[in-house]
Amino acid sequence: MGKVLKKWWPLFVLPTVLSFTFGFIIPFFQGAYLSFCKFKTINKATFVGFSNYAAAFQDPEFAHAFWLTAAFAFLSTVLINVIALAIALALTRKGLKGTNAFRTVFFMPNLIGGIVLGYIWQILINAVLSSVGAQLLSLNTTAGFWGMIVLTLWQQVGYMMIIYIAGLQSIPSDYLEAAKVDGANAWQTLWKVKIPNLMSTITICLFLSLTNGFKLFDQNLALTGGDPDHMSEMLALNIYNTFYSRVGAKWMGIGQAKAVIFCILVVCISLVQLKITRSKEVQQ
Amino acid sequence: MGKEKATNRVLSIFFTILSLAWIYPMFMILVNSFKTESSINTTSVFELLGASNFNGLANYVNALTRQGFAAAFMNSLIITVTSVALILVCCSMCAWYVVRVNNRFCKAVYFLFVFSMVVPFQMLMFTLSGLADRMGLNTPLNICFIYLGFGAGLAVFMFAGFVKTIPTEIEEAAMIDGCSPLQVFFHVVLPIMKPTYISVGILETMWVWNDYLLPYLVLDSTKYKTIPILIQYFRGGFGHVELGPMMACIMMVIVPIVVVYLVCQRYIISGVVSGAVKG
Repeated sequence: MGKVLKKWWPLFVLPTVLSFTFGFIIPFFQGAYLSFCKFKTINKATFVGFSNYAAAFQDPEFAHAFWLTAAFAFLSTVLINVIALAIALALTRKGLKGTNAFRTVFFMPNLIGGIVLGYIWQILINAVLSSVGAQLLSLNTTAGFWGMIVLTLWQQVGYMMIIYIAGLQSIPSDYLEAAKVDGANAWQTLWKVKIPNLMSTITICLFLSLTNGFKLFDQNLALTGGDPDHMSEMLALNIYNTFYSRVGAKWMGIGQAKAVIFCILVVCISLVQLKITRSKEVQQ
Repeated sequence: MGKEKATNRVLSIFFTILSLAWIYPMFMILVNSFKTESSINTTSVFELLGASNFNGLANYVNALTRQGFAAAFMNSLIITVTSVALILVCCSMCAWYVVRVNNRFCKAVYFLFVFSMVVPFQMLMFTLSGLADRMGLNTPLNICFIYLGFGAGLAVFMFAGFVKTIPTEIEEAAMIDGCSPLQVFFHVVLPIMKPTYISVGILETMWVWNDYLLPYLVLDSTKYKTIPILIQYFRGGFGHVELGPMMACIMMVIVPIVVVYLVCQRYIISGVVSGAVKG
């Protein structure tokens, strides 16, 4: 099989590998190299060593964006998963009417793009803020942060709920019946039967929402745009602004260095996830 | 048993209220998209339609004729359909080859595909937009070449995961009967992989249709806008934001998505689940 197939590579793999090379591999390595350079365009780059990284770490806006992103990612992960799991548990109850309609509604915001979501919520949150006499989003850091949390919940709770429901439905019904025969109440069934059997689903959902939180860009750009004065600017938007909104050639290199740091951070989170998932598979 | 029933009733009421709250942001945009420009401001957003603020379809007409919505919609449609078609055909063939041949080259390529799923776009946005510019990939049709490379990670990963579960005996039997690898792929492998095509197609469509930063940086944005770029331009480009036409645009973006979702709900949800579990 493999031997006959092997010489057919121009047809089977070449288109994908070619576009992957131009769309990912070349820009990736070029980007990694440019993070050590001072440049305005890709062709006019001079090597400067680690000075971009030093400048990136000294940039107070970058540090602020990092802590903001970490806080946001952590908080949104906890809230999304607690709420999504609670809804999933309720919607898989026997005898509850209208579960399909509820699922449909909760999942719907997930299909709308981040930019559109951002504007919908910008209009809504500004209306709420002005009706209670608070300052609007463009001047209100606290509202900006919580606005992003609410927006992210609205977008992702339905998504995680769907995954949790699939996980709950794959628990063998014997387990639940056995628990019932043994006289376990709902609370005990949840903690002793359902959650232990859901651990792989929970791992997936936790890391999905964590990496989504770290990578958040469109929603951030559309909802607050980093206002006021970069105070609601998260990592991805900070990198973008370093590239395209700052004046001076040195910022290009610093932006690229920030991007590399950001990339390493996200890859590390994914490696931790991989390790946890693997170790779970061994146990089962 | 009576207690169970009572709990279910309370939950039903609770979820009905929650669902209404969940839909409210979209409902609010719908209501406001029919208002006159002068009656939309931050305090009147919650007001329902009445004789004094009703504007008919004027905002929709404005969005379609003056704000370039139709052109942006067509661009988004062309990019999404072409990219997803390319991704489905090329990546499924690539995944089958990579799994079946499985030499050192294939293993390396597969590793890079999986790695690319993790890397955030900010890492290569600057170099990619420069490269795309020099290669002339800045038109709605040519940008699909980049989407093929970018979508390949997830697509190859999901297709390869499925190919591994197909027993090779079927393909070998077809081979002995005189089929070329191309015939084996299209007559034997492709029909078996149909569910994966649907899942991958849905995930990639959701991504390409809603993607903002890649087309914004790569496309020649004075000539071509996609829907997310257009919506973003309402704030950046026009100075004074015309809220009425903007909300009309948002509605015209949301309505097709909601309709497609309600029709193919089953496929979309199962596609999302299989994508998440494998990713």
